[in-house]
Amino acid sequence: MLGVSLDQYGFLVQGAFWTVVLSLMGFVGGTIVGLPVALARISGGWFLCRASSLYVQFVQGIPLPVIMFVVYFGVSIYGFDVNALVAAAIAMTLYSSAYLGEIWKGCIQAVPKTQWEAGECLALTNLQRFIYIILPQALRIAVPPTVGFLVQIVKNTSYSVVIGFFDLTYSAKILNNATFKPFVIFTAAALIYFAICFPLSRYARRFELRLHRRHA
Amino acid sequence: MTVISMNSVHTPAAPQDGVQPMVSFRDVRKSFGALEVLKGIDLDVMPGQVAALIGRSGSGKSTALRCINGLEKINGGELTVCGRNLRARDFELRELRKEVGIVFQSYNLFPHLTVEQNVTLAPRKVNGLDASESRALAAEVLEQVGLSDKASSYPEQLSGGQQQRVAIARSLAMRPKLMLFDEVTSALDPELTGEVLRVIGKLAAGGMTMVLVTHEMAFARQVADLVVYMHQGRVWEAGKGTMLDDPQTVELRQFVGSGL
Repeated sequence: MLGVSLDQYGFLVQGAFWTVVLSLMGFVGGTIVGLPVALARISGGWFLCRASSLYVQFVQGIPLPVIMFVVYFGVSIYGFDVNALVAAAIAMTLYSSAYLGEIWKGCIQAVPKTQWEAGECLALTNLQRFIYIILPQALRIAVPPTVGFLVQIVKNTSYSVVIGFFDLTYSAKILNNATFKPFVIFTAAALIYFAICFPLSRYARRFELRLHRRHA
Repeated sequence: MTVISMNSVHTPAAPQDGVQPMVSFRDVRKSFGALEVLKGIDLDVMPGQVAALIGRSGSGKSTALRCINGLEKINGGELTVCGRNLRARDFELRELRKEVGIVFQSYNLFPHLTVEQNVTLAPRKVNGLDASESRALAAEVLEQVGLSDKASSYPEQLSGGQQQRVAIARSLAMRPKLMLFDEVTSALDPELTGEVLRVIGKLAAGGMTMVLVTHEMAFARQVADLVVYMHQGRVWEAGKGTMLDDPQTVELRQFVGSGL
C-alpha cells in the first residue's frame, strides 16, 4: 500500500504499542508523584510547600528531551545501566508529575473555601473534610483537564526518540531509513498519533460540557 | 457621642441564681490587621435565649457571631461559650464545634451529597453513628424543617429556601446547645424568607439558644428575647424587642427609620 508493505505498517503499530505503554507508565508515575506534589502545595507546611513548588518550577523549566538525556546518560554514569524504556518512563514521570501536580492543585483550590468552613463548623477533622468534602468535588473538576493532559503525555512520549526508545516516532524513523518514503510513513505515524489522541480530547470535551451543565 | 454607657447595656436578663450564660463576651476585641472591627464587646446570652444582632454592614455583627464558634480568633477580652473559655490554653476548638451549630447566608451545602448525606456526614464521622441511627436522625431533623420528602434530592435540585432549611437540619443533626445564624435569609428571594424564618421561629419556641445576625427587623422584634444594636464595633444599644420602638440613641433611631 503506497509502496509500504503491510508488514512495515505492522512495524509502526508495534511502535505505537510502546508509545501507549510509555504513556501509561508516564501517567501512572505522574499520578503517584504528582498527587503528593499537589497535596504538599495545598496543605503542606512551609518547607513541603516550597520544596514541591521548586520541584514543579524546576521540571517545567527544562525541555523534556533534556530530561530524557539527563536520566538516560546521567544515571549510567553512576554505573547503573538503564535501558531506554526505564529511562523514558522516569523522564515521563518527572515531566507529567510536575504538570499534573499543578493541575490538581488548581482543582483542589477550585473547591470554594466555604466548603472547608462548612466542614470545619461541623467538627470534622482536616483529613475528614479533605476526604469526604473536598476530594470528591475536586475529582469531578479534575477529570477534563487530566484527560486533556493525557493527550500531551501521548504526544510528548515521542521525545523518547532522542534516547533511542522504540516508540511510534522511532519506528517511523527506522522505517523511513529502510524505505525512503518519508511522506507516506510519517503521515501514517501522524494518523496513528491522532487516532490515539482524538478520542481522548473528545472525552475531555464531553466531561467538560457535562461539568458546565451541572453548574449551570 | 450620644452613647449610653457601655456598662449599662449588655444585660436585660442578667445572669441570675447560678445560671451561667451560654455565651459571654467581656470586652472582646478583634482586629483585621490595622482595622479594629470589635472594640470591646460585652454581651451575655442565657440558655434558652434568642439574641438578634442588628446593625449596618461593617458594624461588626457578623464578626462577633463568627467569634462565637471560633471562626474568627479574638485579640482581646474574654469570650466564654458553652462554659468554654475560647482563650484558655486547653481550649479545644473541635469540642466547641460539636456543641455550636452555625448556618451561613450562602447555605454551603455539600453539592456532591444528597440531602440525607449532607445531614448525616458529621454525625457519622464525628459522633460515630451507624447507618440506621443516622437515617433515623436524618428523618427526624428533616421533619423538623419540613423537608422529609427531599432526603434523596441533591442540593442543586432544591430552591434557596429549601437549601437553607437543609443547612439548618444539618446543624441540628449535631444536637447543638447553641445555634448561630449569619444573615440566613439575605441571599433568598423575599417570597422564600418566610419558610426559613418559620423554621427558626419554631426552634426558638422549642427553647433552642440562638444568636442570629439579621436584617429582618420584624422577625428580630418578634422572636428575640434580646436585640443588640451594634454600631462601629460596639454594642450601642441592647434590650427587648420593644427597644426598636423607642430608640435611645440617634444612631439606632436612624437605623430603624431607614427601614432596613
